[in-house]
Amino acid sequence: MARYEIRFGGFGGQGIVTMAVVLGETLSLIEGKHCVQTQSYGPEARGGATKSEIVIDDDEVDYPKVQEPDVFVAMSRAAYLEYIEGLKDDGILIIDEDLVDVEGDLSDGIKIYKIPATRIADKDVGAKQSTNVVMLGALAAITGIVSIDGLKQRVVERWPRFKESNLKALEAGVKAGEGAEPSSA
Amino acid sequence: MPERVMFTMGDIASAEGALSAGCKYFGGYPITPATEIAEWMSLRMPELGGAYVQYEDEIASITSVIGASWTGVKSMTATSGPGVSLMLEAVGLAVMTETPLVLVNIMRGGPSTGQPTKGQQGDVMQPKWGSHGDYQIIALTPASVQEMFDQTVQAFNLSERYRTPVFVLADETVGHMRERLVIPDEKDLKLEYRKLPTGPPEEYLPFKADDDLVPPMALLGSKYHFYATGLTHDERGYPSDKEDVQIELITRLNNKILHNADKIIDLERFMLDDAKICVISYGTPSRSAKKAIKDARSEGIKVGMLRFKTVWPFPEEAAAQIAAEVKHIIVAEQNLGQVYYMVKAASGSTPVHLMTKPAGMPQLPNEILDKIKEVDSL
Repeated sequence: MARYEIRFGGFGGQGIVTMAVVLGETLSLIEGKHCVQTQSYGPEARGGATKSEIVIDDDEVDYPKVQEPDVFVAMSRAAYLEYIEGLKDDGILIIDEDLVDVEGDLSDGIKIYKIPATRIADKDVGAKQSTNVVMLGALAAITGIVSIDGLKQRVVERWPRFKESNLKALEAGVKAGEGAEPSSA
Repeated sequence: MPERVMFTMGDIASAEGALSAGCKYFGGYPITPATEIAEWMSLRMPELGGAYVQYEDEIASITSVIGASWTGVKSMTATSGPGVSLMLEAVGLAVMTETPLVLVNIMRGGPSTGQPTKGQQGDVMQPKWGSHGDYQIIALTPASVQEMFDQTVQAFNLSERYRTPVFVLADETVGHMRERLVIPDEKDLKLEYRKLPTGPPEEYLPFKADDDLVPPMALLGSKYHFYATGLTHDERGYPSDKEDVQIELITRLNNKILHNADKIIDLERFMLDDAKICVISYGTPSRSAKKAIKDARSEGIKVGMLRFKTVWPFPEEAAAQIAAEVKHIIVAEQNLGQVYYMVKAASGSTPVHLMTKPAGMPQLPNEILDKIKEVDSL
């Protein structure tokens, strides 16, 4: 597979950086893929637009930051507005539909998936903190870029105390991702 | 400990490199984007029987590191440009007292407090010229998470071998990005340790160098007594205002680095064999340059890269040699030109072009590619 770029955007505190780190850990440590994770955030501890990125490549990743994402996962309006630019014309946009509306001119080729990750985490999983894990499940189901078994293994290794809620969140996200119908702008 | 694999950030890789090198003391003051090094050390040091101390500021931090090193403990600090500014006076003290220590600078945007969460390569000249007096420094410039580990180990080895402070100069991108890190089995690591004095203690001259220009170093509190001072001192360590003592001391301090430059300098040659254009780069911009070079090669442009894994002592001979081999040199660095001037001074009549970006994001590969094409058309 050629270079593949994923961008996550949201506000500080949503676990945006952690999402990309868990994805990177799964790809690198479990699936043996070449990948680099970077992030960008302001001086605030909470709030503010946060961005975290993963670049995957067949060989060693050269330039470590995302240039034109294949996938953009947007979890806040501010992050959507700030980081939507550059998404590939045939890219994938995944939004938390309760927090983000599709605004501005988007290429017709972009496939938009609406996943109410925060609502699923709150209502179905019963742990709002697991929103990012729900979204990771949806991302895996929609893009196939990472194996769902790999993600399961990683979240359990990483947070043994929260095994049940995270596996529940992951499965709820996978289900939402599998059921989501893409639309275009 | 057997081999371990992590997916982690450059800052943590550097901390792990220090621990693998046998560092047992960290004195510091947290600062973005180097905070993760302090944080990691505060967790790991107690597990390994070492000491982590957070001080009131950077001046106390570095002077504590000097003191710890004199007790025979491999010691370090980590900071960013504003912290280095405060530490530089003591860096001079470490040079003058020949104290092994490692200082990691995760470079952020400057001058002053600048852009804490964004990167830059604005501090390349700082370790070399920032402290007063005539001295040499060693500075390593890693470009990946693995190199953050490997080169921190190397920084300790060089500091112990030459009894001198060594900088690890990493841009924020390298410090904060996560990649796969392989921490080798400890028995596969080659670690160096300062020479200890032998012979009768009453004949010990603490600043009398061996043929390699490096004096053996006694441990504070051992049977070998010494006095260390920032004042110019003779072989006994006693202050002196004599001209010959000053000349002898600073010549030796400079030469122990310069005469061993070929053993310190670390370079990567990339696609240079038939190159007509050479890109010189280091840190994250060198990763963009690699991509740009591969793309330019696919368009038939003969271009390669000389990557500096060390910037101090400056790889003057290597720069001069490549200047004699190619038609053009492009220096790609994340500042307004620092290594550029050093390369220019070494390159004779070969034109040297500057490709800069004094901002948080390193040059994009296509920006460097455009520069390569522009230079190729000259």
